[in-house]
This record gives sequence, C-alpha cells and structure tokens, in this order.
Amino acid sequence: MYAYDEIDRTLVNERVSEFRDQVKRRLSGELTEDEFKILRLQNGVYLQLHAYMFRVAIPYGTLASNQLRALAHVARKYDRGYGHFTTRQNIQFNWIKLAELPDALADLAEVGIHAMQTSGNNMRNVTSDQWAGVAPGEIEDPRIWSELIRQHTTLHPEFSFLPRKFKIAITAADHDRAAIKIHDIGLKLIKNEKGETGFEVLVGGGLGRTPFIGKTIKHFCHGRDILSYIEAILRVYNQYGRRDNIYKARIKILVHELGIEKFSREVEEEWGYIRNSSLQIDDEVIEDIRSRFAYPSYEKLPHMPDELRQAAADPDFEAWRKNSVAPHKVQGYSIVTISLKPIGAPPGDATAEQMDALADLADRYSFGEIRVGHEQNLALPHVAKRDLPALWKALDKLGLATPNVNLITDIIACPGLDYCSLANARSIPIAQELTRRFANHELANLIGRLHINISGCINACGHHHVGHIGILGVEKNGEEVYQITIGGRADESAALGNLIGPGVKFDEVADVVEDIVEAYLALRERPEELFMDTVKRLGVEPFKERVYATR
Amino acid sequence: MPLVNGGKIADDSFVKLAVDTPLPEGGDILVPAERFVGEADALLKRAGKVGVIWPNNRDIAELVPYLGKIAVVALVFPTFRDGRAYSQARLLRERYNYRGELRATGQILRDQFVFMLRAGFDSFDVKKQADAEAFMQTAKRYSVFYQPTGDGRITALHRRMQLRHSEGVGT
Repeated sequence: MYAYDEIDRTLVNERVSEFRDQVKRRLSGELTEDEFKILRLQNGVYLQLHAYMFRVAIPYGTLASNQLRALAHVARKYDRGYGHFTTRQNIQFNWIKLAELPDALADLAEVGIHAMQTSGNNMRNVTSDQWAGVAPGEIEDPRIWSELIRQHTTLHPEFSFLPRKFKIAITAADHDRAAIKIHDIGLKLIKNEKGETGFEVLVGGGLGRTPFIGKTIKHFCHGRDILSYIEAILRVYNQYGRRDNIYKARIKILVHELGIEKFSREVEEEWGYIRNSSLQIDDEVIEDIRSRFAYPSYEKLPHMPDELRQAAADPDFEAWRKNSVAPHKVQGYSIVTISLKPIGAPPGDATAEQMDALADLADRYSFGEIRVGHEQNLALPHVAKRDLPALWKALDKLGLATPNVNLITDIIACPGLDYCSLANARSIPIAQELTRRFANHELANLIGRLHINISGCINACGHHHVGHIGILGVEKNGEEVYQITIGGRADESAALGNLIGPGVKFDEVADVVEDIVEAYLALRERPEELFMDTVKRLGVEPFKERVYATR
Repeated sequence: MPLVNGGKIADDSFVKLAVDTPLPEGGDILVPAERFVGEADALLKRAGKVGVIWPNNRDIAELVPYLGKIAVVALVFPTFRDGRAYSQARLLRERYNYRGELRATGQILRDQFVFMLRAGFDSFDVKKQADAEAFMQTAKRYSVFYQPTGDGRITALHRRMQLRHSEGVGT
C-alpha cells in the first residue's frame, strides 16, 4: 500500500476546496452549466439519465481496508447503499446529489481518496495489474511506477485540456491483466540486457467507435526517462490531435493518420529537447516512493496446510478454490479473487454492507489490502492458504463466493441504458439473463474460460471489441439491436473480435450466445481447447452457420 | 474584459488591430499573427510597443526571430476546453526563453489561472469581472505541484528529497 504523505494530503484537500468553490458558483448561477460541465468532469462528476454520477479513483486498483470502508460510507450516506466497480479500477456512485458532493469528497480525502481526472479530457486514473506485487514471475512491482505517473499526471498544467481523454495502463507480468494494448499509452515493465529497469512503450490503442490495438513506439525506454517520454507523447498529441470531431480526437486516430513511424519521429524530436531536463528521475526519487509502499511481513508457511487438506473434502469449497484462488509469489499464500458477478445481478456492484464486511476480512486475512481488477471483480492479495476455508465461509455468507471467475458468467458490462445518457441499449439485463442461462456451475466449468463483454453503445465502455464473445447494443429504427462478435481478447495477444452476422433483437441475444457456446462444445478438439483457440483455429464461419441456420 | 497583469486588474495600453485596420501613428498595438509576419519590419520600426496575437494552431517556432523585439505574445483559448496554447506557452518560456509579457486571451475563467501561471502566462484577458477580482486568491489555491515547469515552483518530488536530506542531517 502506498501511504500518502503530508504533501499528497495537502494537494487532495486543496482540490476539495477548489471543487467546493466550483459547486457553490454553479449553484449560485455564477457558472453556466456549460462552464461547470468541464470543471465537474475534471473531478469525476457526470450527469446521467436520472442523477449525477460520481466516479472515484482507485489508482492502480489498490485499496486499504479503511479506504474501502470510506467508500461504503459514501454509498450509505450520499447514495443508495451500493457502488459499482468499473473496468478502469474505479468505483461509481449513481445517485449522488450535487450539493453533497463536496462533503463526500472531503470524507474520502480523509483516507487519501480522490476523484481527480476520473473523467474529462485529461490524463485519467493510471491502471495496473490487480495482482501487482504478488504475482509470481513479475519483473518488479509496477505500482511504484504507477504512483510516480499518477503524481506526474495529477493536475498537469499543460495536459489538463487535451483533445480527448487519455488513459495509461502498466503491467510487469508476462500475462497482461491490465489490458495495456487497448490503452492510449500501454507500458510493459522490462529489463534490458544490462539488467536496468525500463519500459516497452505502446501507443494508440483504444476501443470506442474506431478500435485499434496499441503499437510499440519504443522497445526500451529507460525508467529514468519515462516521464519525459510520456511528456513528449502528450505534447505532440496536445498540439496535433484532432479537435474538430469528438470521434476522431483520441490519440489512436492521430497515430493512425500519421502512421506510427512519423508519429514516433515527432515524439523522438520532442523528447530530444526534454529528456535531459528536470523530468529525469533519479534512483533516489524512485526509492522514496518505494519506501512509502508497505509490504506485509509474510510468515513462513507450508505449501499445503492441514486446514486446506481437510477442506478439500467439501466439493463446494473445492469448486471455489479451483476457480478463484491463484498462486502467490510467497509460499503458503494465495491471491483470492472475489467475484462481483453473482447469478442474476448487475456485474461489478457491491453493497455498503459487503464493502464493510470485505474490509474486515481484508484486515483479518489479507494484511488490510484489497485490489480492484478491470474485470470488475475484487481480490484479496495476501491470503494465507490455511485461512482459505474460513475466508470462503465468510465470503459465501456475504454472497461473494460465486465460483465463476473467468467463466462465462463473469461478464463485463457497462451500465447501459439503465443509467447512462449515452447508451442506445440495455446492457445489465442482457448480462443478468446470460448469468441465469449459464447458472449451472458444472456447465460453466465444462465450457471453461470464456469472457463475455457487453457495451450499450459504440463508446465501448464494456470493451465488447475484446470480449471472447462481444455484444454491442445499438439503436435501429427505435429498437435495441445487438451486434455479436467473437474472437476478441484483451490480454498480451490482444485482438479485436469479428462480427458473426446481422444484429439480433434484445430477446434473442441469450439464445444466440447459447448457440455459439453449443457450437464451440461440438467443435472443440478436446476439452482443454479454449473457446478462444477454437475460434482461432476455425474462424467465424462455423459459428455463423450455427447461429443463423435457423434464424 | 478586465485585464489582469502582475497579479492585479490593470489598464491595457495595447490596441487590438484587425488584419486591415490602418496603422495608428503611435501607441502600443496588438497585431494578428498573419499581419505581424507580413509587416514585421514596418511594425517594429514605429514608435510604440508591438505585440502579436498568435493562434493556437500555428507553429510557435515561427516567432523565434522576433522574440527579442516584441512586448507581448497573446495566446488564444477559443474555448477553455482547447488546451493547445498551454503547450505553446511552455515552449515560449522554457525552450525559446521568451521573457516579455505572455497573455492568455479567449475564454479565460478563474479555474485556469493556476495552470496558466504554471505554463508561464503572466497576464490574462479575463472574461468575468468577478473572476478578475478573485485572481490573487485563486492563484494561491494550490501549494503542492507534482510537475516541474519553467515557473520555478518546487515540485513535490524535490520537496521530498529536501526533507529526506534535512532529516538525514539531523540523525
């Protein structure tokens, strides 16, 4: 956990007073809605269909238990008793009152939480691997660098009014859980041949109306140069990114229009001027940030404790353990993913009671730490294996032990037409219906790893392009129509899905998904061949035939 | 629109000329970029100071040969959503060492003052009287800055290093 010092705390408090003044000026009419809009967006406040929505930053997905309790408090006191975890490791509250927002922010500031730059055309919350610092085989903890970049991008005097939003993600593991290839800048922590830490830098990834997989712009950028290199990219983008058309304003369009070679030359030229400036980071600065990340004092524990051996007799426990528990870099410990995808419920929601209870469980079993993943699930990153049975019982009581992590019912969905003013179609009801269709755990397990992503409009907040099965809701002649793609993925082999055919109606979506899954089960060469691999081997055609043969 | 210069509301001695306004005999003038580049020699020879209004989509490097001779560079924020002039301002101050008046014009609200000061602006064509009056107070809203810019304010990282070293001396 990164602990804020007095300097960080002061800045967050100053931001709260500034926002309080802005809200006051809006309520008195001194600011027009048009003026206020930009200011509130800089602080995570959207106007949705029914109310203001408030998005709070959880930088690189790391939370301390007292911070989770503060989020529960906000849900209870200022909202309707729940919050919604998002695909960018943030949390959203959907029913907040404008006049109360400054107080909610002040309450969060007490535990070092803010909402800066969770929306608006600026550098957004930096995201990372939710297993950072505990995943086996990691180069080093990417959160040190995430925090450095978080600070550098916070209230940046040059880049707070960019052509469009700008998202950075960082990973340090071979298996990419941070989806860096679909970010404006993706950073992969690597070592060069001298053993020095640096980054492979990708640029121009993104989804939305015109999806692109990010391209490598630099194979190795030394760690000490990462801020100047990012600054160079941003400066080129700020000056040349398109501002005439909101749908062509992301950096991916600039990179695409210039071509990666030309774009890269522009960046290199700019970088040449600034790389030897005060943006260069010395080791001492990195060490200072590292020193404010507290790491648990792990015990020396056996690989297979008696508690675990005994619990193995319980098939329900075993189903959960096999599904939700992953190896930790320290022997005797595990990473536990907590599914926020119970059957029949909206993906990513947690009630204030669940958040409070989870905070207690984190204190008891995970050194007070909780993580948020872009799949809209949570994780306890340091659970001793001997505690797994007790933890499972406690989670089960809270409705947080659904053993469906990475399975077909672990659906990523945007809020859709139920909340969002941009949406053309509903997302959550589709997700709910699909979880009911595949509620049987044996069936879901038989199908294996399969990610379904649902977006209620072309803006793609549900990342449908990179879902193994992607579902995009659009509006056609006043009706909701859903386009289905297969073969997308968001990991280190990121790819965009391919359309299987004409759009289908709301009522047919779940049937179509069932058809696709049945086709897969019939077509796979062996049970270990994952859906993704079958699609890769055979292409879209056999699935298309199966779906449209009877329609 | 009130002008804030040197931290307070001030008179503006500059008259804005359009592309085709006849050149006045004397007095300070602010000239659009296109006209300035076309008539630079004539403009700079007359009595009175000359400033230039530079659009946010024109390369600021073009101004470099004139920077020692002009009194004001006015950069433009057509709306406060359009942040291109922040980059131009930093380039003028930090790369081209421009030391004259750097004026922010267009839709200028109090909520941009801190960003603008950090980017190197020192005068502001403020849209609303109340914002102009609140300038000094608003400029002091923040005491912590994470990024190094040419304004010389100490960054959080450097302050931490100083604290670390002074603590080191004591122990």
